[in-house]
Amino acid sequence: MRDPLLIWSYLAQGPLLWLTATLVAYLAGDACFRTTGRQSWANPVLIAVILLALLLWLTGTDYATYFEGAQFVHFMLGPATVALALPLYDNLPRVRKAALPMLAALIAGSVTAVVSALLIARAFGISGPVLASLAPKSTTAPVAIGIAERIGGQPTLTAALVLLTGIFGAIIVTPLLNALNIRDWRARGFSVGVAAHGIGTARAFQVNETAGAFSGIGMGLNAVLTAIIAPLALRLFGG
Amino acid sequence: MISTLAIILSFQLIGEIASRALALPLPGPVVGLILLVLTCILRPSVAAHIRGTTLGLLQHLSLFFVPAGVGIVAHGDLLREDGMALALALIGSTVLAIAVGAWVFAAVARWTGSTDPEAQKGPNDA
Repeated sequence: MRDPLLIWSYLAQGPLLWLTATLVAYLAGDACFRTTGRQSWANPVLIAVILLALLLWLTGTDYATYFEGAQFVHFMLGPATVALALPLYDNLPRVRKAALPMLAALIAGSVTAVVSALLIARAFGISGPVLASLAPKSTTAPVAIGIAERIGGQPTLTAALVLLTGIFGAIIVTPLLNALNIRDWRARGFSVGVAAHGIGTARAFQVNETAGAFSGIGMGLNAVLTAIIAPLALRLFGG
Repeated sequence: MISTLAIILSFQLIGEIASRALALPLPGPVVGLILLVLTCILRPSVAAHIRGTTLGLLQHLSLFFVPAGVGIVAHGDLLREDGMALALALIGSTVLAIAVGAWVFAAVARWTGSTDPEAQKGPNDA
């Protein structure tokens, strides 16, 4: 038998190993999600990220090497966003009927997300570029990074905050809105799309297709509104 | 499946070009999404054609966030310094934004009479 170290050094070079690991970790996360009866705390993204982070740490692999393989999965974010067109199209009659509630919820949710994040962070002594990185965290990653760059934030910090917001929003949305007794799927989906972008939308699709469609719309509309609100809010509440 | 992928990628490509050429505040994929909805309205046969593969793709939307999620760990040192304050800001603002957004949606739907009896969560839903 060949030296296992040689095989490892071959595998560590190419994308095959980490692409496979990403898919397997996701399937493990998805299996946990299903066996717990689709509990929101068993979020498949969170489980897969923890498994992969452990694996990278155990094998001493850096993120750049991992991303060589995982970039093929990462690339699919774009096409999946375009694919949201179909549930949106399917729900168009519903969407037309809900124009006013959507507009009101968009403004309320978006302003709350930006202003409350800035106020809480400032109360705990955060200022400057870190505050600017936090402002756009509820919007989808490419837009959030663009906004952060314009208002003096750090793009990599913003990317991490965006993802953490998404995972937390996806976990909290079901128990939170159950506690508030809000049973309208449109309201449930739309609000999580505004507050927790694509990861919230992924959660909404796991639960109900109408919620998913409205979540996708909330995410898209909030991408536009946050680009306008974040710089203003930072000037007003950024200290 | 391949033809659906080609359609979706083409819309993303057109979206990217339009977003950059016109300096839109929206990322390319979101522009592609809007153009694809318009196309489906004009040509419902397109929606029927892409349905199977597209819904399959969306069922695993979570998967596509995993590589970027692993990046949080790679940038852990960025979060360490202000970690507690940032965590409180994220948790507080996300809870408030979801609660306020959903409540306002439901309240305005009631006031404007645009409630939707078919879109109500049943007692046995997740």
